[in-house]
Amino acid sequence: MLLNQFLFLAAMLFCIGVYGVLARRNGVMVLMSVELILNAVNINLVAFGAFRHDVTGQVFALFVIAIAAAEVGVGLALVLMLYRNRRSIDVDDVDLMKG
Amino acid sequence: MLAELMVAENVAFYLIAITMVVAAVRVVTTRHIVHAALYLVLVLAGVAALYILLAAEFIAITQVLVYIGAIVVLFLFGIMLTRAPMGPMHDSDNEQRIVGATIAALLLGVMGYTLWRAYRDTEFVDLQVQTTNDVANSVFSTYVLPFEVISVLLLAALIGAIVLARRD
Repeated sequence: MLLNQFLFLAAMLFCIGVYGVLARRNGVMVLMSVELILNAVNINLVAFGAFRHDVTGQVFALFVIAIAAAEVGVGLALVLMLYRNRRSIDVDDVDLMKG
Repeated sequence: MLAELMVAENVAFYLIAITMVVAAVRVVTTRHIVHAALYLVLVLAGVAALYILLAAEFIAITQVLVYIGAIVVLFLFGIMLTRAPMGPMHDSDNEQRIVGATIAALLLGVMGYTLWRAYRDTEFVDLQVQTTNDVANSVFSTYVLPFEVISVLLLAALIGAIVLARRD
């Protein structure tokens, strides 16, 4: 296996996630795209860890997973708040601070 | 024998990779929000399979437990609580789709070119299994301080989520 196979796949997942964040309207779908991005980062960390025979890559991937869990928890709570106040979770409608 | 094993590894990798990319594209393009969550499960399972290929057992199990077991369920709860339509949504994407696709393609071009320049044909040399034992030793010796900080962060996130979502 080439190292680049994994890195290219991670780059593709990252870009698909970026597209999702930019193009989706629904708040929950935006959070799903963020998950894609975080998983791409994790693939990179574990691939480099395996490449260098170093366990640090896995440890950092674990930290990223923990942070992703926290992010989804708070993110969904925010989306729920948005839904309760506006009856819609369209992120394009949340432009109160737009200049 | 070793050469055959490497071929098998590559075949497995490409099968998983194609499944993951198709599923990931479906996550960001489908109009059914529940389908998006279920395609996300496919992507996350593919990532777990890649960790197995990279001989990282603990992180593969954690991926299945935390992502597929907990985070996807959280997403499904979020979909349910925000009363998302069960049928296709007609306004699931905004008018930035073309700009977004262009930016993503450019980003992929830049990253792909850089990776190709940097690592061209670098092979994995004798992939070793990084056991749960190794991970535990590292987490609880070198990285014990970040580990504790992460636990405090999770507690803070938990309390924050409760405070935000509470009805008062």
